[in-house]
Amino acid sequence: MAIPVLKNGDVLIASIQAALTDRDLVELRDEIAEQVGRHRSRAVVVDVTALDVLDSFATRTLRSIAYTAKLRGAEAVVVGIQPDVAFAMVELGLHLESVATALDLEEGLAYVRAAERSRARAG
Amino acid sequence: MPGEGYVAIERDMDIVSARQRGRELAASLGFTSAEQTIIALAISEIARNIVSYAHRGGITLSRVDENGRRGIVVVAADDGPGIADIELAMRDGYSTGKSLGMGLPGARRVMDEFEIVSIVGKGTTVTMKKWAR
Repeated sequence: MAIPVLKNGDVLIASIQAALTDRDLVELRDEIAEQVGRHRSRAVVVDVTALDVLDSFATRTLRSIAYTAKLRGAEAVVVGIQPDVAFAMVELGLHLESVATALDLEEGLAYVRAAERSRARAG
Repeated sequence: MPGEGYVAIERDMDIVSARQRGRELAASLGFTSAEQTIIALAISEIARNIVSYAHRGGITLSRVDENGRRGIVVVAADDGPGIADIELAMRDGYSTGKSLGMGLPGARRVMDEFEIVSIVGKGTTVTMKKWAR
């Protein structure tokens, strides 16, 4: 099942809608890497609100999506990790490491806008 | 009981079915929603282990009643290559394949009982239990 990637200004938003297979996640990573270039996006928000489990493969692929986006010049943020999902990840010892996270889509967009502003100031 | 039974594990799609069935069974056994998620995650990890290393196997989900306690039993069996050094495979961060190396040790940490039997060339069976509080 393909995950829709929406373009909103210079931000790409990938909303994961259903239980994902490994292949869907890998396709999403490739899709984002490609679309960041096509739309010259500065940020990527990956919304995982609908996911009821993030296992070691999903965690690793989200890290890989974020790092791939970064290498393509876009900031990535994962939003919407549900309380039970977060708790289970902690219990199992799964990490997103340096991947930025935010509570929900709204907070994620605020995060990438703030990152954009600080980049503009620095530039 | 809903969710009980056997799930064949051959492709990544089957990992999703196995953990959904496990969550369903855990819910009907009265596990909290946080516990259901932990059980689904543990099932996901052992199912992935089958897909990554053995390619084909199955997961049996059932309920257990023992001395007035009620719980869930998950048995994952495959006839894959087996694990030569179980102690090493159970170490956090160890992986020979595509996983993160957190799968088996993570699953062991969150379940109440965890047993792994593996014979090189014959296959691996993981049995794990969690009791409803």
